[in-house]
Amino acid sequence: MTSDTEHARQTAPTEARRNGGPSNVGARNPAWATTGGPRRRRQWNALLREPGTALGLLLVMSLLLAGLLAPWLPLDDPTEINLPERLLSPSPEHLLGTDHLGRDTFSRIIHGARMTLLAAAATLILSMTIALTVGILSGYHGGWPDTAMTGVVDLLLAFPPLILALALAGALGPGLFNVMLAASAVWWVGHARIIRGITLGARRMEYVTAARASGAGNLRIILRHIAPNILGPIIVIASLDVGWIILGIAGLNFLGLGAQPPTPEWGAMLNSARPHLQTAPRLPLLPGAAIFVAVLGFNLLGDGLRDLLDPRIRRPGS
Amino acid sequence: MGAYLVRRFATLPLMLLGISAVSFALLNLAPGDPAEIVLRQRNPGQMPSPAAVSAMRTELGLDASLPAQYVRWMSGALSGDMGRSYVTERPVAAQLARRTVPTVLLTAAALSLALLVAVPVGILSAQRRGGAVDAIARLAALVGAAVPSYALAFGLIILFAVELSWLPALGYGSVSQIVLPAIALSLAPMAQLMRLLRASMLEILGQDYIRTAQAKGLSQQAVVVRHALRNALLPAIGATGVNLGYLLSGAVIVETIFTWPGLGQLIVGAALTRDYPVVQGFVAYIAVVVLLANLAADIALRMADPRLRYEREEV
Repeated sequence: MTSDTEHARQTAPTEARRNGGPSNVGARNPAWATTGGPRRRRQWNALLREPGTALGLLLVMSLLLAGLLAPWLPLDDPTEINLPERLLSPSPEHLLGTDHLGRDTFSRIIHGARMTLLAAAATLILSMTIALTVGILSGYHGGWPDTAMTGVVDLLLAFPPLILALALAGALGPGLFNVMLAASAVWWVGHARIIRGITLGARRMEYVTAARASGAGNLRIILRHIAPNILGPIIVIASLDVGWIILGIAGLNFLGLGAQPPTPEWGAMLNSARPHLQTAPRLPLLPGAAIFVAVLGFNLLGDGLRDLLDPRIRRPGS
Repeated sequence: MGAYLVRRFATLPLMLLGISAVSFALLNLAPGDPAEIVLRQRNPGQMPSPAAVSAMRTELGLDASLPAQYVRWMSGALSGDMGRSYVTERPVAAQLARRTVPTVLLTAAALSLALLVAVPVGILSAQRRGGAVDAIARLAALVGAAVPSYALAFGLIILFAVELSWLPALGYGSVSQIVLPAIALSLAPMAQLMRLLRASMLEILGQDYIRTAQAKGLSQQAVVVRHALRNALLPAIGATGVNLGYLLSGAVIVETIFTWPGLGQLIVGAALTRDYPVVQGFVAYIAVVVLLANLAADIALRMADPRLRYEREEV
């Protein structure tokens, strides 16, 4: 993670410098291409040529589809208790068997994808919003607000995120929404630092001076001239982040601080499967496998995007 | 070095003050009246009377102003008194101290395991870049980073304790009981360290001084061990704080599963029962440990890497 973000931090200003100059003002990150069709196609091809990335994209797409369509798929009700059919082995009716309350495990896993993705997306958006606000304000404004915010960020970095999130989630009380809030409240810190660095670098570019000389206001400079520098790194950070967020949130749910029964959430499913470890090992292993597949998918995709968006490390085998 | 040490230690009190403030704020951000929570904990199922709640507020010192409460908590913490658990009424500091040993044992075992595998595999992977070993190692690192420790823990219990009956699944006390939790805990940092070592080794193997060492006729092994490894390990030292954070976070989950009587188990129980003094004390304790570990790692890095001594400190 450290080296990944390190790369992200260093890319943007270099790219901006290379493509800098007033003629290119406001251009989006060139590697992410808005310049034309053929180029973008080439990059997508490059992305998909890497088998790992292609697999990652496939996993993420399947997950998104499953999550989006879960309520409309021909699945059993994931929360309906049916005690006569409890702890059934996999069969054509119940592809992955049933759990200790007779609920269809396959249906719960698919609905779990929806829960997991929703929670991860919300956490990602919320924490990125905080990180962008703090990072841009701090890097752009400089002076004492920068000093103060850097101090707060440095301080918060001393706390391992999962432990702080655990304490916050405990204080807020159980629930998936509270876990999301707790995770967002701790997850922005490292990103804010990276975004501050990029903003600081971009602010010193000649095209920013030029824009200011031609009368552009702060908001316009931030949105048109600084934000594009942040876009590429943000995409990379975000895509590499999702895996961590999924692991962390599922972990908090597993500990009982988040989603409560009967919510079909993977971490909570693992937790409630604990008493059945010996008799029905598939009950804890299946949601575990689902988390693994989701995290692997996002990590593979994130690695691919990083290689694509960061020319410095675009070389075989890295 | 002297000036650097002075500068680093000068910020330490400020950081400690900040850590204590953040930890203290955690409790006061929480909704609900701690006095009521305590009474509910001690007399489950009963609605505490307003008089009892108000008496409890006085007993816990919650009727003082927030700054006054903070000053009292912090001055107590400085002298080793971190208050008492709402649930067990035992001193928090003593509980933290008692729980530290099992957690240190577990994280040390996991870290050793992670290093034992990650260092040789990372080096070999970089040396044979693109080969079969490299491909397998990279795949393993990918898989290792994506496996949730809790799922791995269950998998290990099912395989080694239930099916094969080779190792005990739970408990604390004998050497055999540490094996499964240590493996479950080591996988994530192992994958991380492997990636880190491979990347730094690749970078170093392309350096001029490596070519010089090869040109003067040293064996490949001597080049790697004497010239490359030292430098390749530097980023791993630099990541000590981050890795310690991973290990402690992982320990929270792994200890809960394996009923390992360490800090992780304590904090999960405390978070679930809203035992704020314990949560607060734990969070502050861990942050101080991570802060000091980072400081130690930075100093070790400066001592190991002469290049850093001539540079101005980075922002």
